[in-house]
Amino acid sequence: MPPVLVLVTQRIALGLLLLLAVSVVIFAGTEALPGDVAQAILGQSATPEALANLRESLGLNQSPVTRYFQWIGGVLTGDLGVALTNGQDIGQAIAQRMGNTIFLAACAAAISVPLAILLGLVAARYAGRWPDKVISGITLSTISLPEFVAGYFVIYLLTQVFPIFQPVAMIFPGMTFWAKLHAVALPVIVLVLVVLAHMMRMTRAAILNVMQSAYIETAELKGLGPMAVIWRHALPNAIAPIVSVVVINLAYLVVGVVVVEVVFSYNALGKYLVDHVAKRDLPVVQAVGMIFAAVYIGLNILADVVSIVANPRLRHPK
Amino acid sequence: MKMPLSALLGLIFTGAFFLAAIFADVLAPYPLDAAVGKVWEAPSATYWLGTDTIGRDILSRLIYGGQITIFVATASSLLAFSLGSILGFTAATQGGLVDQVLSRLVDLMMAIPSLIIALVVLVVLPRSLITLILLMGLLDATRVFRLSRAVAMDIAVMDYVEAARLRGERQSWIIFREILPNALSPLVAELGLRFIFAVLFISTLSFLGLGIQPPLADWGGMVQENKDGLIYGKSAALMPALAIAVLAISVNLVADWVLSRTTSLKGGRGG
Repeated sequence: MPPVLVLVTQRIALGLLLLLAVSVVIFAGTEALPGDVAQAILGQSATPEALANLRESLGLNQSPVTRYFQWIGGVLTGDLGVALTNGQDIGQAIAQRMGNTIFLAACAAAISVPLAILLGLVAARYAGRWPDKVISGITLSTISLPEFVAGYFVIYLLTQVFPIFQPVAMIFPGMTFWAKLHAVALPVIVLVLVVLAHMMRMTRAAILNVMQSAYIETAELKGLGPMAVIWRHALPNAIAPIVSVVVINLAYLVVGVVVVEVVFSYNALGKYLVDHVAKRDLPVVQAVGMIFAAVYIGLNILADVVSIVANPRLRHPK
Repeated sequence: MKMPLSALLGLIFTGAFFLAAIFADVLAPYPLDAAVGKVWEAPSATYWLGTDTIGRDILSRLIYGGQITIFVATASSLLAFSLGSILGFTAATQGGLVDQVLSRLVDLMMAIPSLIIALVVLVVLPRSLITLILLMGLLDATRVFRLSRAVAMDIAVMDYVEAARLRGERQSWIIFREILPNALSPLVAELGLRFIFAVLFISTLSFLGLGIQPPLADWGGMVQENKDGLIYGKSAALMPALAIAVLAISVNLVADWVLSRTTSLKGGRGG
């Protein structure tokens, strides 16, 4: 087997192991706490019957280990159980909302990735001069903003000062693609703002790093223009770090999506998660939390795999 | 060394925020919970920043809210800092099994986004100040652990540590007397970054309705209370949002300056 395949297999196997460990953390996060879970969910004023019923439906009378295996078995076979609050099937509820979350994140990614790479290229081309300083200054301040603060600034600016958009993002079945795009414009702008800064700064750093190589000096000395040097010589060699930067930041979108969906009352997975934390609906939160964690880990594995595959020394061993 | 203008500005603003938090009782013109004016009044001479969704003075709530936000963030970052650095130094000096167990545990915790862990745990935890501080401190300790372990690894191989070991000093002496003084400057810069992270984290939790609970007020919760006014052009929700942004940026400027002065390790930043 070629060494690159061995490395990739190893990385994926490690990732799956990690995922298993994470499922234990998500399940045990609520188990390890002192006190009674049923009491915590229902509050101090709960009647003994209600407590007994809840213990029964959560299976609290069985040992934690049995419950974990029942839960993880259910997750793996697609049976996520029912919500405590309304008895709804969790798998179905997630399936209805998953598409909306993916649509939002995909739109944000489709705009932020090319934009970040372009801005990173420009900043690297004019490193230390005013375009670089302007771009770096703006991104440095957007890095310091939490998603919801950025969200309300954007809402105020684009619905009040310049009334272009609606402040809530409603999406329903039967909407045309363009109507959907218009509806998610504001949340997408906020998400782009939040991930753009990191992605752009890391792209700039990756290119500047390559720019110090001897072959870049050769290219400059043979008379190529600065943009041609970056385009023909620096960019192809910076592809691996840039791709892994992009994927890592897409993983960061996972967290951003949760908050942004709440800001815009966008009916999708993140809002579903937060709503049910407030309602203390344990099975829903565990299921959705596991999905978010799995996507996050999956993207991180992807980033590692890409950087392994993109390394020509590993692809063509001597 | 001369201080750049940006760091000076950051230091002045950070100082002002902390002073306002400490002397909140003296500075705030109105009590925290008194509905003194009409709903959503515009800024005026009596209410400098206007009034909120039920007519409370925003400036006063901003000052009291800052007290809670800064208190929780300071307490949790101090907890994260002391726990993370002591464990990190221990892992680096002990090595072997202790290091392996601690490091793999931290890897595992850092593989899940902090917000997701916090949400899962907050389903059952009571949403009190003390649980929030403990939760945030523990989650953030993982980041401090990584940095302090890396820094201490570099220091632990120095001759003076070897000398201390050979003359039979105890583990605690090596950690506190040999490693800590030499690891201090990158860790101080890290403290600033952890503090911002804690401010943003507690604000986000409160904004989601899962952090500080009324009658206490904090900035994230204030944004949430007043967010509906934004649709009618009332800017009340922007004031606490602005406070969060200004505090985060000014601490960032100071931390950046401290970091750029320390020539040693810069790992463990972000997230």
